[in-house]
Amino acid sequence: MTDKPVPVPTERSKPFWDSLKAHRIDIQQCDDCGHWFYYPRLHCPRCMSASLSWKTVSGDGELLTYTITHIPTLPELADEMPQKLAVVRLDEGPHLNTTLVGMEEGEISIGMRVTPVFDDLVPGEVTLLRYTRA
Amino acid sequence: MGLQGAAAIVGCAQYKPEKMSTAPKAFHFDQVADLGRLALADAGMEASQIDGLVVTSAYFNEARHLVPAMIGEYLGLKLNFGEVVDLGGASGVAMAWRAAAAIELGLCEAVLCVIQARLPPIDVAVEQASVASKKKYGAHSANFGAPEAEFDLPYGHVAQNTGYAMIAQRYAAKYGYDPRAMAKIAVDQRTNACATPDAIFHGKPLTIEDVLESRMVAEPLHMLEIVMPAAGGAAFIVARKDIGRSNANRPAVIRGFGEYIQCKSPTYADEMLDTPIGPASKRAFAMSGFKPADMDMAQIYDCYTITVLLSLEDAGFCPKGEGMRFVRDNDLTFRGNFPMNTHGGQLSFGQAAAAGGLSQLVEAVQQIQGRAGERQLKSHDLAYVSGTGGVMSEQTALILQGE
Repeated sequence: MTDKPVPVPTERSKPFWDSLKAHRIDIQQCDDCGHWFYYPRLHCPRCMSASLSWKTVSGDGELLTYTITHIPTLPELADEMPQKLAVVRLDEGPHLNTTLVGMEEGEISIGMRVTPVFDDLVPGEVTLLRYTRA
Repeated sequence: MGLQGAAAIVGCAQYKPEKMSTAPKAFHFDQVADLGRLALADAGMEASQIDGLVVTSAYFNEARHLVPAMIGEYLGLKLNFGEVVDLGGASGVAMAWRAAAAIELGLCEAVLCVIQARLPPIDVAVEQASVASKKKYGAHSANFGAPEAEFDLPYGHVAQNTGYAMIAQRYAAKYGYDPRAMAKIAVDQRTNACATPDAIFHGKPLTIEDVLESRMVAEPLHMLEIVMPAAGGAAFIVARKDIGRSNANRPAVIRGFGEYIQCKSPTYADEMLDTPIGPASKRAFAMSGFKPADMDMAQIYDCYTITVLLSLEDAGFCPKGEGMRFVRDNDLTFRGNFPMNTHGGQLSFGQAAAAGGLSQLVEAVQQIQGRAGERQLKSHDLAYVSGTGGVMSEQTALILQGE
C-alpha cells in the first residue's frame, strides 16, 4: 500500500488506468472529428460528440515544461524530493501532467523528446505514467 | 457594444490585511454587513439605495447555497439583482462589471459587491481540520470524479506554486529569463507598500538580493515572488454615477471590461503562455476607447511575479517576450514613469484570499479619487485593473476613468 494520493478510477476513466496497469497507453479519439484528447471524458472536448474510441498510442512526446520543487507539494511526496513535475505533449496532441524520473536536473530541457515509464506504485492496482528522456 | 459609462464605483471599504492567526474573527454574514456599512459610509449613501448584491459562495462559511438571498435578508435589503461570482482572484473585477451591466440595463440603481476574508469564530478543532484540508490540496477540488484529483494530485501537481513555476519555466525556454528583472517587480512594489500604511509589509524595504536569496520554492520561483495569504476583506459600491450621495468623492466610471476563461489547469491550455488576460484586456480597451499607453496607472493582479510579467505583455503594455526589458527599463513605483500596483500589490500589501484582487480595485479608486496619501499620483484619471483566478485560468480586466 501507499500513503501517497492515488487515482480513483471512474467508469469513464477506467480503460485508461487499466491500460497503464498492462503497461500500455490507451487514450480517446473522437470518431466524428478525429480529435485526440486527455483526460478521459464521455464527450469530445472539441465537438461535443459522444462517439469516441479508445486507441493505443506510444506515449512518446515532447517536454512542454517542468519545475523542480524544493518544498514537497504534499507531505506524502517528501521521498520524491526534489520532485520533477512536468507537462508532456503527446505526439497525438494531448497534454498531460506527469513527473520525470531517471534524469539528473542538468539533463532536462524544454522541447526534448521524452518516453513513458510505467511506475507500478501499488503492483496490480495502481500504475502511474511517468516520463524520462527518449 | 459594451458599457456606455453610466455606472461608477462610488465607494469602497477594505480591512487592513493581517495575519490569519491574530486577525479579528467574525461570522461571514457579519463581515459582509460591516464591510457593506463601511462602503456605504464611504460613498455617502443610505442602505435603502442598494438594490443589487454580488457576493461569493465558494468562500462563504455559513452557507453554500442561496447565499444572495440569505445575505439580503440578513442585511435587510430588497434586491432586483442577486449574483454569485466564483472566479477565484478574478472575482473582484468580475463583480464590478456585472454590477455595471446590471445598472446600465436599468435593473439597479446601486449594487453592493463584497468579499469577506477573515476567519469565522468557529471551533478551533474544526477550523484546524478545515485549514489543514485546504492546505493539503490547495483549496481546489479533490473530490471523487474531479479531474484534478485523478490526474494531477497523484503526480504531485498540487495547488498554485508549481503551475505558475512551470509557466515561468516555459517562458524562460521561449523568451529567456532574467531573475533580477523578476525580483525588481517585487522590489518596486515593496517601495510602494512602504508608502501604504495598511500594507502588511509597510516599513520593511526589500532589495533584489533579498528576493534572490529567499528560499527557492519551485524553480524559478523564490519565496518572495509568491504572495502571502492574509485575513482581510473588501467591499465596493457600483451605482449610477449621478446617484444621490452626501459627499463629493469622485466617481470612478467603469468604461470597459473583459473576461476570459481558458482552462482550470494551464496544462490543458493550447499554449500556456497565451494567457486569458490578453483577450480580456483587448476587449476592455476596445470597449473603453483607450489604449494601454493612455493609462495613468496599472493595478495588476500579482499572485506571483510571473503573473505580472505575463499580464504586462498580454495586456499590451509591452510586446510579447519583452516584459523583462520593460521591467528593467521602467520605474514601477508610485514615483516612477509606469506606476504599477501603487499600494504594494498583493505581494507586499497582503492577499486576503479572494478579496486580494479587490485590493487592486480599491487602490485604483482611491488613486482616481485623489485619496491615496503619500503615494498619490499626480496624473490619476485612468486606471487599468486586472484580476486573475486559478493558475492563469480565468482573468478579467477593467478600465476605470475619473468623472
